[in-house]
Amino acid sequence: MNAESVSSSATSHSTSVLVAGCELLSFSLGAEYYGVDILKVQEIRGYDTVTRIPDAPEWLKGVINLRGAIVPVIDLRIKFNLSSVAYNEFTVMIILNLASRVVGIVVDAVSDVTRLTPEQIKPAPEFGAGIDTRYISGLGTLDDRMLILVDIERLLHTDELAAIVPAMDRTTLN
Amino acid sequence: MSIDLERFHKSFFEESFEGLDSMETALLALDITAVDSETINTIFRAAHSIKGGAATFGFSSVAEYTHGVETLLDQMRAGKRVITQGDVDLLLRVVDVLRGLLGSARDGAPFDAAAVTSTQAEIRLALSGESAAAVAVVKTADAPAPVNAGWQIRFAPKPDLFRSGNDPLRIIRGLERLGELAVVADITAVPSFIEADAESCYLAWDLTLRGDIARADIDEQFSWVEDEALIEITPLAAEASADAAPIAAKPTLSLVRSNPADAVATPAAAAVPAAAPAAGAAGAAAGASRASSEGSSIRVGTEKIDALINLVGELVITQAMLTQQASALDPVQFEKLLHGLSQLDRNTRMLQEAVMATRMLPMEAVFSRFPRVVRDLAAKLNKQVRLVTVGEQTELDKSVIEKITDPLNHLVRNSLDHGLELPDARIAAGKDATGTIRLSASHAGGHIVIEVADDGRGLDRARIVAKAQANGLITAAQAETMPDNDVWQLIFSPGFSTAEKVTDVSGRGVGMDVVKKNIQALGGQVELSSEAGRGSRTLIRLPLTLAILDGMTVAVAGETFVLPLNAVVESMQPSPDQVRTVAGEGQVVRVRNEYVPMVALWRLFRLDSQVRDAHNGILVLLESEGRKVALLVDELVGQQQVVIKNLEANYKRVPCISGATIMGDGHVALILDVGELVRSTVQAAAA
Repeated sequence: MNAESVSSSATSHSTSVLVAGCELLSFSLGAEYYGVDILKVQEIRGYDTVTRIPDAPEWLKGVINLRGAIVPVIDLRIKFNLSSVAYNEFTVMIILNLASRVVGIVVDAVSDVTRLTPEQIKPAPEFGAGIDTRYISGLGTLDDRMLILVDIERLLHTDELAAIVPAMDRTTLN
Repeated sequence: MSIDLERFHKSFFEESFEGLDSMETALLALDITAVDSETINTIFRAAHSIKGGAATFGFSSVAEYTHGVETLLDQMRAGKRVITQGDVDLLLRVVDVLRGLLGSARDGAPFDAAAVTSTQAEIRLALSGESAAAVAVVKTADAPAPVNAGWQIRFAPKPDLFRSGNDPLRIIRGLERLGELAVVADITAVPSFIEADAESCYLAWDLTLRGDIARADIDEQFSWVEDEALIEITPLAAEASADAAPIAAKPTLSLVRSNPADAVATPAAAAVPAAAPAAGAAGAAAGASRASSEGSSIRVGTEKIDALINLVGELVITQAMLTQQASALDPVQFEKLLHGLSQLDRNTRMLQEAVMATRMLPMEAVFSRFPRVVRDLAAKLNKQVRLVTVGEQTELDKSVIEKITDPLNHLVRNSLDHGLELPDARIAAGKDATGTIRLSASHAGGHIVIEVADDGRGLDRARIVAKAQANGLITAAQAETMPDNDVWQLIFSPGFSTAEKVTDVSGRGVGMDVVKKNIQALGGQVELSSEAGRGSRTLIRLPLTLAILDGMTVAVAGETFVLPLNAVVESMQPSPDQVRTVAGEGQVVRVRNEYVPMVALWRLFRLDSQVRDAHNGILVLLESEGRKVALLVDELVGQQQVVIKNLEANYKRVPCISGATIMGDGHVALILDVGELVRSTVQAAAA
């Protein structure tokens, strides 16, 4: 019950923001382009060595020192099962400020800031069991590029980082 | 001119409550067989400043009430009254009532009106009853006469009386309205015309007020200046008034003159009548101590200090980073820079220590409440108890102090209620009829150890086991074989209480598990030991502060981990034959005839370490809750103070990790939770 209400409110929140026509930070993971609400982005920084956390899933790279705060870092490329995961000088971390916590995500490159109108956003299609679309709040078209809009809060809510959502609710979501 | 008094209220209440605390402490310390005048003075001073403040701020109920108390105390102070145990009990009740009155003045909370009137009546009784005793002890002319003939008043204002807007003339006129008044002005303190300050008061007055006048009426006249003047009011003897009455038929005014040189050499003291040197000295002492305490402390909000501590924590990290960067520089070329850095290092450390010290309070702050708790409880339970406190000066972080009070209170109550026997039973057991509860605090390594011990009957194994079985915590087979120490641990289970009947003292069944939870929340540990018939002992180990940790840094597979230094017993490089396997899986290491389970950190955290065998790495022997574990790491890196950072703020709790810290190079290192590590190892071994 609780989980449903949480996730539905999260969805309605992000859709309402998107409907209003928000600015998105677009970034690339492999050959795909993704977008997150720019208001949630705190800063962008180069990839630096992280401290591993024992027994954490592979996509949780570890924690970094962000000016005295300990911030967990998630590699979205591993999370989204991309084939090549390389760490080079272009690899960047986007530091996101979500509700009460700060999280970093590792991406291949950050492209630019774009504005999408509600007409440019289409709902994510059903792929069936093979592909997980729960974190995708919609698909945006920008010229001839497709932008995958990530509901970052939901992504974190449904997984390892979900200390906010009680464990019971997590199992129902999974 | 109107002054906004509201803003002073807060400090008035704070000071008053502190005053009550010191009154209580002094009362409890008072030995009626050998009365210490300084103790009485402390009590008197506290009551006096509460009265003064209450009158100033218009809390008349408090002021009136305190006034009676003060009169009683004044008699004790002047040695006119033999202090009895009954007086001490009465004064303790008075302290409670005053707390209630002050609380109600502050928050408008209801107070026990019945207690106010009853204690007031008791004080009146004590005051009227004292005359007989007083005559017996000291036959002086100024003992209260049965018929109130009048009052002799010495009114010596401080020089700055006028600056507070008070006018002695108004007071004297007010007194005149009460009865027949003879005024003698004492001008001995008036300096020469050149030295005199027009705004200072150099005069003092000896006033003789005749007639049946209530003391309270006189006090009312002086209520505004009592802190700014030496006021002595003594009753006139009946005969004296009879003799003097015809002579002083009308109000008189005369002057006392003296040689100015005398006045300079011996100022106020010379003017004070011989009967009152003790009171004068006490007043001076009171003034001095008040002045010194004002000078030595200021009140600062906790959040300001916390902000300061955070900043210093950051500074320590930055400083460590700089030092690390500078270590690569050429010492000859950058001599001055390196010198400056080492200076910075020293200063930072001193600053950190000083800032941490601002949060430190002596354990006295907690211990001081127990004499009262024990005394009241002992009376209620008809037990005889002696409370021994040791190490009150041990300092502890304020936030820890605040959180340790309730658990300690619980432990002390438990000891009193369940541990100590009734006097008859104690005598039958061949013990002193008076039981002892010992509260002690001491530093041990990076910890503070608080101990609550009693010499009572000890824990009852049979009853605990029976109760645990009834609650389904253990099986019958376990009940037989369980070692004593594990049995004692059972009482920390939720809802566990072996008290035969529920008392209002303890035994609601919510006790020990809450105690344990609170202490663990502070990063502490509880240990319990007991000996049947000899008593039980609870040991609480707490970290000195919650913010900084003395750590030992170790490396495994190129990653750094921090071990709390206080959990580290020793480290060693084992020989291959020291490490044995048990049942093919578990490994133990033999350390001086003791087999200690071994945990490899690379295996626990699934790290890719090159060091797989114990004899290639380093074993760090860790101890928690009396159990030991040998931790295999690749190498020891060093030892340093680390600032504890919360991992849960942005992530979540990680098993066996208590937090993270930032190392000198800016990297994050995880801090191991040794308590959990040991527990999980021992549990895994037991399963």
